[in-house]
Parts: sequence; structure tokens; C-alpha cells
Amino acid sequence: MGKYVLKRIAISLLTLLAILFILFLMLEYMPGSPFNDEKLTEAQKILLYAKYGLDQPFFIKFFNYVSKMITGDFGVSYTINMNFAVGDMIASRLPITIKLGLQAITLGSLIGLLLGIVAAIKHNTWIDTITVMISTLGVSVPSYVFALGLAYFVGYKLGWFPILYNMSKAFESSVLPTLALSVFTIANVARFTRSEMIDVLGSDYIRLVQSKGVKEWKLILRHALRNALIPIVTVIGPLMVGLLTGSMVVEKIFAIPGIGSLMVNAIQMNDYNVVIAIAFVYSSLYIFTMLIVDILYGIIDPRIRIAKGGS
Amino acid sequence: MTLEEMKEYEFLDDDFKFAHNENEHLIDRSYSSTSYLKDVLANFMKNKGAIFGVVVVVLIIILAIIGPYLNDHTYKSILIEQASLPPRVPLLEKLGVFDGIRNGVNLYVERGFSDLYYWFGSDTQGRDIFTRVWEGTRVSLIIAFTAVIIDIMIGMVYGLISGYFGGKIDIFMQRFAEILNGIPQLVIVTLLGLVLPPGIVSIIFALMITGWIGMSRISRAQVLKLKEHEYILASKTLGARDFAIIFKDILPNIFGQIIIMSMFSIPNAIFMEAYLSFVGLGVPAPLASLGSLINEGYKSITVMPHIITSSIVVLALLMLSFNLFADGLRDAFDPKMKQV
Repeated sequence: MGKYVLKRIAISLLTLLAILFILFLMLEYMPGSPFNDEKLTEAQKILLYAKYGLDQPFFIKFFNYVSKMITGDFGVSYTINMNFAVGDMIASRLPITIKLGLQAITLGSLIGLLLGIVAAIKHNTWIDTITVMISTLGVSVPSYVFALGLAYFVGYKLGWFPILYNMSKAFESSVLPTLALSVFTIANVARFTRSEMIDVLGSDYIRLVQSKGVKEWKLILRHALRNALIPIVTVIGPLMVGLLTGSMVVEKIFAIPGIGSLMVNAIQMNDYNVVIAIAFVYSSLYIFTMLIVDILYGIIDPRIRIAKGGS
Repeated sequence: MTLEEMKEYEFLDDDFKFAHNENEHLIDRSYSSTSYLKDVLANFMKNKGAIFGVVVVVLIIILAIIGPYLNDHTYKSILIEQASLPPRVPLLEKLGVFDGIRNGVNLYVERGFSDLYYWFGSDTQGRDIFTRVWEGTRVSLIIAFTAVIIDIMIGMVYGLISGYFGGKIDIFMQRFAEILNGIPQLVIVTLLGLVLPPGIVSIIFALMITGWIGMSRISRAQVLKLKEHEYILASKTLGARDFAIIFKDILPNIFGQIIIMSMFSIPNAIFMEAYLSFVGLGVPAPLASLGSLINEGYKSITVMPHIITSSIVVLALLMLSFNLFADGLRDAFDPKMKQV
């Protein structure tokens, strides 16, 4: 187990380094120089390059870049907030995005689990069919379609919740975006839970438990769900990606001041430092989540632990 | 009767009687053997969702090909005086739908265009949405199909080589893929979209960079399974070279899996393209794609919802039917895989 965890951590760190390298290359080979003031003479430029360490060999520059990025020094914004530290911009917006993401994944997992369990118990009835339809729809239709639909019908036509984010009414404002984001999670979790539960409910040990006369709710919660949950943990990784992609567009639609909408703005205004910083934050979050999920999976399922640790 | 008596007992003719089975006939039912493909087709036809998916996909593809030529409008002609007209279709307008009426006013009559028909309405610059939607669908489909075909090529070769040779090559190639896979696709696509000049080729390139990993995994797993088979051993014994074994003996047998996987990749590519266009890294105007149309339409969603409706509906339908189609294909090819 220890070996497996160590290997996973090593790969995660390598991945992070690879991302930093890509980001660094992007900056390095982007056309233009940071000092494009016409009044500067060649000699002055050379001095400036020396001052900021830009004349050093490639790998030393890369090393400096990495040490800066991991300490959260992302430079300053060019166009969105002139000369404002990008690190601070992200720090003030990140909590909103994370809160929204956590809300969506919690709500989505709960509803998804419930739908999946009910569908598996009522296998081959109309309830099952409807659940399958909902989950196919939710998996295939992008979250911003739901976001636009919710914004138009529930937000604008019915007027139940604000369409645009309002700081003073943070909870009400987050209802629609959370719903829009959670659809993907609901659909995926429901799909997985259903197929796993159907498998587990048909197995011999469940029949044994049934014949011993255990109550139905206890049978489902204690004996069936526990084993069905193991593979469901694996979907959480891909779901996080879905949340990342979704959050950018959904935040933009509902004008939520999180890092997703900041990213979209930065892309549209060519604010490279901001884009790179957020790309780095996104990647780190993603890699970290995947690492946790993989390790969790190893802990929950002894078969994985032994097979992967041994190889 | 004791044992002794039984031993000495002589059987008489009427001790045993025939059962009344004259009317029972043993029928030897014989089925004609079906080929694998016929089996697959039969399984596929049973799946209603998959049939729906195929029909809608084919319909949308046909419309994407002929749609832009179905009326006299072009996708880029700007007629400001005809801007923002709601949808109006002949015949249907008499039924009270698609009648060009917004807030109780027939805008066509009011602005003096009684003979004009915009089937899906016109956008804020007076371009025909019907033509633009199908033009956009075409661009989206071209991008998705090209990206996925390139993905298949790269991923297949990568997976085949990695799985077939094994050992150090495999470990190295798998670590590389694992590291690349650790970077969210969204981040790579966004960064590339930002660096490359805007256009269809750049988007395809961005999608291609990350899309092949899934494909390579599938083909590697299949190769690992197949290469232990006897027919590969036979081929080797007969002196076939690695190249021939990989491409002649193994490749045809993993094609089914790859087709299924690619059917799942297409909606993903469509989605990624739509995402790129939505954040402003899509095809440059006046070209349209489903994503850029949604991006244009969402700004006026509360005032003129008709601008966005058609592109959203087409996008949602397209993704849904591709997924249904892929699901059906997977279940038909390999019922054991019916899981996710």
C-alpha cells in the first residue's frame, strides 16, 4: 500500500511539473518582450534583462519560474486589474468557486445515489425507465444548456431566484448555478449506482441475507449499498473535471465572481498572467483530487491495493 | 416378493406396457447460424433509444449538409433593417406557432416585410438563424469528426505499440500518457486556443492533443488481451514480423472497440468545441459554430430567446443522440460491457 501511494504521489508531482513546463514554454515563446518601450536603448534592455534574470540559461529560468509559481507569486494582471497581484485576485475569488463546486457535488451525489438506489430496487419498472432517461439526458447535455434554461425559465419567467449573482443574497443567488452544475453529477452518480446496485442485489450473499429475514432498508443500506459504493468512488474524478468545465461557463452565465468567470474574462481580454495562474490552480486542484480519489480507492478496495501495490 | 423370488421371476409379455407417446413428436428445431454482424444488428435494433439516436444523428447530418441552401438567405449577409425578427414559417403561422409575433405584435407586418419568412428568426444583425444554425452544425461536426479520426490514428498506434512490445517501452509510454492525462483537457485546450491563431484547424489541433489518450488505453488493453492468443503465436512461428502482426492480425480484431469509443468521443469533441467558442476562442466571425451561436444568443436571452433556442436545441439533441447511439452500439457489440 505504501509503495502504491508513493508511486501515485510521484506521478502527481511529475504531472504538476509537466504543467508548469508547458505554462513556462507558453510564456517563453509568446511573441513580444516584456520591455517594449521604444525609448529603451539596447544597452538598457540588456540591463533590464539582467535585472529580472531573463538572460540566464533556460533551465535556471525554469527553476526560478517553478519556485515562484508554487509559492503563489503569479505576477501582476495586465488588463483586468492593472498591476494588481494575480495571487490576490484568485485568493479572493477561489472560495466562491470551491463553495459552489462542493454544493453541487454534495447535492448531486445525494440525489444521484437516491435515484440510483430507487431505480435498482424498482428495476424494469417505469421508475427505472425514467431514471435511465434522466441520467442519459444529464450525462449528454452540457451543463450550460441547463444553466441557460434555469436562468430563463426559473430565474426570468418565474422570478423565483436572482439570475445574476448578488453578494448580499449569496445563498439565493447560488441556488440556480448549483442546480445547473449538479445535473451532471446527479446523472453520473445515478447511472453508476443503478448498475452497481443491480449487480450487487442479484448476488448470492444478498439472497442469503434476505433468507435470514433482515429488514429491507437494512439490507439495502448496510449490505448492498456498501459494496456498490466502491466503484462509485471512481466516478468522482471525472465528475470534478465536469465541474471545472461547467463552472467556467455557468459562472459566466450567472455572473458569479469566482475564478471561472475570471478565467473567461482573462481569456477574452488576453490577460496571460491571469490565464496561466488559473490554469495552474485548476490543474493543481484536479491533480490533488485525482490523487485523493486513487488513494481512497486503494483503501476501500483491498483488491486494488494488493494488485497495484504488488506490480 | 423376496430377493430370492425376484431372481427366479420370469417376465411375462404384459408386464410392461408402452407409454402413450404416439402423439408426441420430437422436433429438432434448427436455426440458421447468424453471423456476428447480424447478431449485433439484431441486438441494436431492439434498443429503442439507440434507434432514436441514429435517426436524429442522420437527420441532423443531412440538415447540416443541405440546410444552408434551403432558403435564399446566406449565413453572413447582414441586413440591419431585418434584425431580430422572431421565427415565422409559412403554413405553421396559421396555427399560432412560428407566426412572427412577439409580445402580441407581428413584427414582420409592422416593419413592412409581409412576404418575408425567417424560419428560425433573424439575429441582432439581421442574419438568418436557420442558415446559421445548420452552417454552425456543419462546422461543429467537421471539427468533431476530424478531431476524433486523428485521435483514433494516434491513440491506436500508440496503444498498439505500447501494448504489443511491453516491457520498458510500455512502462515509459504509459507513464508519459499518465502524466499527460493528469492535466485537465480543459486547461490544455484553453491554453492552445489562446496561443494558436483562431480558426478551425487550431481547434482541431487543440482537441487532438489530449483526445487520443482514451483511445490509446482501449487499444492497449485489447492488445494485451489478444497477444496471448494462439493465432498470434502461430503467426510468430510462421515468421511474421511485428509490424505485420500488429496491423494485420491484431488491428482488425480491436476495431469494434475503437469504433465504440470514438462514438463516445464525438459528443465530447462537440462539447469541447462549443465550450471554446463560448469563452471566445472559437471560429472567427462571420463563421458560425454551435458554440459561437450560443455565445451570441445568450446575451439577449431574456429579450429575444428565439436567437439562442434553435442552436441550444440542436446542440442538446446532437449530443444526446450521439450518446444514445454509442450506448446502443456498445451494448450490441458486447453485452458484457454494459455497465457505465
